[in-house]
Amino acid sequence: MSDPLIRIEDASPMGMVTLRAELNDGKAASALAFSGLEIPAPHQVTGTPEKGVLWMSPDELMIMTLPDASDAMVATLNEAFEGTHSLAVNVSDARSAFRLKGRDALVREVLAKLTPADMRPASLPVGRLRRTRLAQVPAAFWFTGDGEAMLICFRSVGGYVFDLLSKVAEEGTEVGYF
Amino acid sequence: MSHRLQAGGRLIDRSKPVRFAFNGKTFQGFQGDTLASALLGVDQMLMGRSFKYHRPRGVVASGAEEPNALMGLGRDHSYEPNARATTTELFDGLEAETQNHWPSLEFDIGAINAKLSRFLPAGFYYKMFLWPRSFWKHVYEPFIRESAGLGRPPKRRDRDTYEHFNVTTDVLVVGGGIAGLTAAMTAGEAGAEVLLVEQNAHWGGRAPVDGAEIDGMPAEDWIAQIVAALQAMPNVRMRNRCMGAGVYDHGYTLLSERLSDHAPDAPGPRQRLWKVRAGQIVTATGAIERPLSFAGNDLPGVMLASAVRDYVVNFGVAPGAKTVVVTNNDDAYRTALTLKAAGLEVPAVLDAREQATGPLAEAARAAGIRVITGRGVAGVTGKGRVQVVEACRQQSDGGAVEAIEADCLAMSGGWSPVVHLWSHAGGKLTWDEADAHFRPDPDRAPKGASGDNFVRSAGTASGFLTTNDTLFNANSAGRAAAMSLGHKARNLAPEAAGEKRQPTAQIWLMPEHAPYAKRAISWLDFQNDVKVSDVELAAREGYESVEHTKRYTTLGMATDQGKLSNINGLAVLSKELSVPIPEVGTTTFRPPYTPVRMGAIAGEAKGVLFQPIRKTPMHDWHEANGAQFEPVGGWRRPYAFPKPGESVEDAVAREVNATRGNVGLLDASTLGKLIVKGPDAGRFLDMLYTNMMSTLKPGKCRYGLMCSENGFLIDDGVVARLDDDTWLCHTTSGGADSIHAAMEEWLQTEWWDWKVYVANVTEQFAQIGVVGPKAREVLDAVGASFDLSKDGLPFMGWSDGTLGGLPVRAFRISFSGELSYEIAVPASHGQALWDKLLEAGEAHGITPYGTEALHIMRAEKGFIMIGDETDGTVIPQDLGLDWAISKKKDDYLGKRAQMRTHMTDPLRWKLVGLETLDGSVLPDGSYAVADGDTPNGQRKTQGRVTSSYHSPTLGRGIAMGLVERGPDRIGEVLNFPALDGSPVEARIVTPVFIDPDGEKQNV
Repeated sequence: MSDPLIRIEDASPMGMVTLRAELNDGKAASALAFSGLEIPAPHQVTGTPEKGVLWMSPDELMIMTLPDASDAMVATLNEAFEGTHSLAVNVSDARSAFRLKGRDALVREVLAKLTPADMRPASLPVGRLRRTRLAQVPAAFWFTGDGEAMLICFRSVGGYVFDLLSKVAEEGTEVGYF
Repeated sequence: MSHRLQAGGRLIDRSKPVRFAFNGKTFQGFQGDTLASALLGVDQMLMGRSFKYHRPRGVVASGAEEPNALMGLGRDHSYEPNARATTTELFDGLEAETQNHWPSLEFDIGAINAKLSRFLPAGFYYKMFLWPRSFWKHVYEPFIRESAGLGRPPKRRDRDTYEHFNVTTDVLVVGGGIAGLTAAMTAGEAGAEVLLVEQNAHWGGRAPVDGAEIDGMPAEDWIAQIVAALQAMPNVRMRNRCMGAGVYDHGYTLLSERLSDHAPDAPGPRQRLWKVRAGQIVTATGAIERPLSFAGNDLPGVMLASAVRDYVVNFGVAPGAKTVVVTNNDDAYRTALTLKAAGLEVPAVLDAREQATGPLAEAARAAGIRVITGRGVAGVTGKGRVQVVEACRQQSDGGAVEAIEADCLAMSGGWSPVVHLWSHAGGKLTWDEADAHFRPDPDRAPKGASGDNFVRSAGTASGFLTTNDTLFNANSAGRAAAMSLGHKARNLAPEAAGEKRQPTAQIWLMPEHAPYAKRAISWLDFQNDVKVSDVELAAREGYESVEHTKRYTTLGMATDQGKLSNINGLAVLSKELSVPIPEVGTTTFRPPYTPVRMGAIAGEAKGVLFQPIRKTPMHDWHEANGAQFEPVGGWRRPYAFPKPGESVEDAVAREVNATRGNVGLLDASTLGKLIVKGPDAGRFLDMLYTNMMSTLKPGKCRYGLMCSENGFLIDDGVVARLDDDTWLCHTTSGGADSIHAAMEEWLQTEWWDWKVYVANVTEQFAQIGVVGPKAREVLDAVGASFDLSKDGLPFMGWSDGTLGGLPVRAFRISFSGELSYEIAVPASHGQALWDKLLEAGEAHGITPYGTEALHIMRAEKGFIMIGDETDGTVIPQDLGLDWAISKKKDDYLGKRAQMRTHMTDPLRWKLVGLETLDGSVLPDGSYAVADGDTPNGQRKTQGRVTSSYHSPTLGRGIAMGLVERGPDRIGEVLNFPALDGSPVEARIVTPVFIDPDGEKQNV
C-alpha cells in the first residue's frame, strides 16, 4: 500500500543478553550499575535499545546492548556474578526486532489489531514493557517515545510478524480509536 | 400494494437515487434505504421462500430479527448468503437474489412440500427416515440435503479483507437508542471511559418513530443534541454499524463492525471484529415485537406493527394502502395513528382485549379509526399476499367472521426485551406477568471476579416499555456501571411525560379456541416453518423441556435463532403442558446475537498470514534449492531436495547414498536447545532424564530420555555438559517449547527451592549436521580452530572454537551411524556457515539432505524417533532402552510409574526390526495379526509397524515395530495383512540393520 498508517523498520540486529538472577538482593543492581545499567521496576524498561534493560519476570532481565557488545556483556555479567547463582546468555540472534514509528495513536492502533494487550497510553506509557502475543506468536513491545515503539519476537517468525504488521497498517484501515 | 409515499422518510435522501438489482431486474431506491424498504418501495413484497415448505414469504420485520427476507448478496468473490434485507443498507450496484426456490421466486417446485406438510410434522427427521436403513444414505439424505438450507455457501474465495481490534475500556454500552445514549452520557459524565456501539447506521433507536418527547423536545432533536454532546466528550467513543455479538466472562465482549458492506469499493477492511475487555457492560439492546399466532399469519403482507410504522416514518414507504392492525397491547395503536397521519387507510384496529381504554386507543378513535375490541384474526386470505383479513371474536373458534379488505395486516403480540447479551455470560431472567415477557433479573446478573455485577441492562432491554421509565432505568444503569468502577455519577435522568398504559393481554393463540385446521397454519417460526400444531404435537409426544422441543421441532433454529418465535413457542408449550411459562423457561441464548461473517472471525489470518511458519536461518536457501518441505513443530523442514526432473523418492535415495558414501549436510537448527544452569542443575536433570546427567563430564555429551510422571517417553536428545554447573539439553524439534515449559513448571511449583535457571536458546543457534565418511575432511577444508581428530574430538564430545572464522560449537554426535558433527553457530551466521560447508564439501560430493533421508538413516541404525516409535503409551523399556535408564538413581520422573504391573508385563509389545520376506516395504502402521478374535469380534493382533522405509543402503524394505514379546521371538515370521487382506509376511529381526558395532562412526 502506498501510504501505510505507520512506518515499520527492521531494527535487527540488537544485542540481547538474558540474565536470570535474584534481582532484589543488591548484587544484581550493583553488577548492572557497573555497566551503566539500571534494573527496571516490574514491567518497566530502563535505558535505550542500545544500552538498556527490559524487565521480563521477577528473576529475569533482558539486557540490550549494541549488536557486537553482547558477548562482552555476558562476560562482564559472569564476572560480576562470580560465585552467585545466575545465568547470563547471549540471545541476540534468537530474536528479530522492529521499530514502529508514526502518530502515537496509530502505532497503538496497529498493535491493537494484533495483540490483546491494553494499548491505552495510560496503560502502556513510554517505558513500560508488554510481553504478550501478536496474532499467533509471542512478542514483546514498549514505547521509547511518543509515536515510537520497539517490538521483539522470535527470529523464526520475524517474517511473519513483519507481514502481519504491514498488513494491518495498510492504508485505509485506520480505526480512529485512540 | 406496498409503495413509496410522496413525502416522509427520515432516513432516506430523495435527492440521491440508488440503483440496485433484485433477481436480475434493476430497481431504484434512495440513499438511506435498506434493501427491504427499497423493495417494498417498488411493491416487491415477496422476498423469500421458507426453509421446509418453500412457502412464499414477505418481509415481517424491519431489523435484525427478520426471519424471512434473507438474500444472497453480491456474486462470486463477494457473495454472501442469508443477508437480512432489513439490515442491508442499499448502495449503488447492489445485487440481491432470493434463496431457497427453484426455478423462480414466484413459482417454486419445492412448494409442493407444503402440500405434504401433513407428512412433515414435528420431528419428521427422526420419524420418517429411520427405516429402511439403507434409504437414509441413498434416498432421504440426498433429498434433504438438496431441499434443505437457505443460502448456498459461497463457492469462491472471499475477496474482502477483515481485521480484529482489541480494546480495553471502562464501560461498554451496547445499543445506541435513547437508553444507550443516556447510560453512556451518565457514565461518561462520571468520568468513566465509555465505548458506545449501535448496530444500525443511525443513533436513537426507535424513539423518533414512536414519537417520544424527551426533556421537552421531540426525540429526534434530543437525540441529535445528546449525540453531539457525547461526541464532544474525549472519554466517550462511539461506533455505529457495530453489533454486540457476544458477552463472555470477565467483561470480554465481541463486537462486529460493518465498515464497507454498504460501500463495497471503499478501501480498507470490510468488517472489523472488536474484542473488548470492559470493566462494565450496559446492554441497552431494546426490545423486539412479537408476532401473533393466527391462521395464515405467514402470508406476505402480514407484518409486525412496529415494522409497518418504521417503513412509513423512516423510509417513506407504505407496506400497504389499507392496513388492518391486530393487537393485544396499546403500542400497536401507534402504527394505526402513523398510517392515518400519512394519509393511508386503516379499516380497523382489532384489539384482542375486551376493552381498549388506553390513551393511544382513545387517540385512534379520535382520529376516526374503527377500533373493535375483543376481536382477533380468524384467518388471512389472498393470492400470494394479504387481500382479506377475517376478524372474529377472540373468545371463539373463529367461526363467525367479518371479512375486511386490506393489503396489509400489522400485528403486535407485545414486546420482548432483547436479553441475549445479558444472558450470554449467565444473566438470569424473570417472567413479567404484566407485560408478558422475560426480562433481566437485576438480582441475578452476570458477576465478575469481584462478585460485582459486570452486566447491567438499560431501558427497554430491562423490560421498561415507556420512555420515562426507560430513561430513568438507563441513567441508573450508567450510574451503577460508573460507580462500580469507582466513579461518582449523577442521579439525573432525562425526563419524558408519564404514560398511562392499559395492560397487555396474554394472547398466544388467535382466536382462543382455534381448531386444529387453523393451528396447523398458524406459524410460530416463519424461518423454519414451525406451527402451533407442531409444538403441541411435540408436547403430546412427551417433550417437556423447551430445549428438547426446540431441537425436535426446529423452533428457533437457524439464522434468526428464534428472535420472533421463542416466546410464542414456549407459551404454546406451556399451555399444552399446563405448566406456567416461567417454569417452561427459555432456550439458551448463545453468541453471536446475529451471524458474524467467518471472514471477520478469521481476521488477518488468511493467505500467507493464515499460520505462522517458523523458518530456520537457512530456510531461504532451502526454498531456492527446490526443497520439498514438511511441517515439524511449527517449522517447515526440508523433506528432501529433489533436483529438477527428479522424483522425491529418487532424491531421498540419492541423499542417503551420498551421505553414507561421502558426506551429507543437514539443517538441524530446529532442535530444541535449553541451557540449564545452577548448583542444583545436575540433580534437576537427574530427575528429568531417566539416566544420569550429573556424572557427565564437561566437554562430553550423553543421549538422554525424558518421561512423563506416568512413565511414558515424551522426549529425547543429546545433553552436553558445558561447565561445572551448566548443561545444554537438546530436545526434539517439536518438544523445545513444551520441555522448556515443563522444566519451568517443575522449578516453579515442585522444586522451587532448587537453584536452577533455564534459558531457551533454540533460536539463538543454527545447527548444521555434517555427516558421512568425508565429514572430517570437509571441516578440515573449511578450517577449524580446534582438533578434529578421532581423539582430539572423540565420539560424544564437543569443542568450542571457530570454523571458517565463525564462532561455533561442534558436537561429535551421530543420528545416522556415520562419522558426524553437529555444528552450532549463532543464527545470524547460519547461512554463511552453510555456504562455506557447501563450498568446501563440493570436492567431496557434499549433498544437502532432508528429514526423510535422516529418518531412513536412523532407522537403518535402529534409532528410535519420538512420535514414530512413541505415541504416548510407550515406555523406554518397550524400546529396549533399558541401558539409558539409571538403576542407581533413587528417583526420576516416571520411575514409579514404570514399576506398575502393566508396565512390567512380560507380554508388552517391544521394539524389534522387521524384514519382509519379499523385500517390499511394510505399510506404515499396519498390524500383525494373531490367531482368533477379540470379544468385540475383531481379529486379534500381536504387533504393529512404527516406522517403515525403503533402505537405499540395503536395497530393501526395513521396518521397526512393536511386537508382543518381540525381542524373544527373533526369527519368527509375522503376517501384516495389507488393506485388501492379502498377507504380507515379515521376519522379526534385530532393529539395527547396519553396522551393529558402530565401526563407521568410530573413526
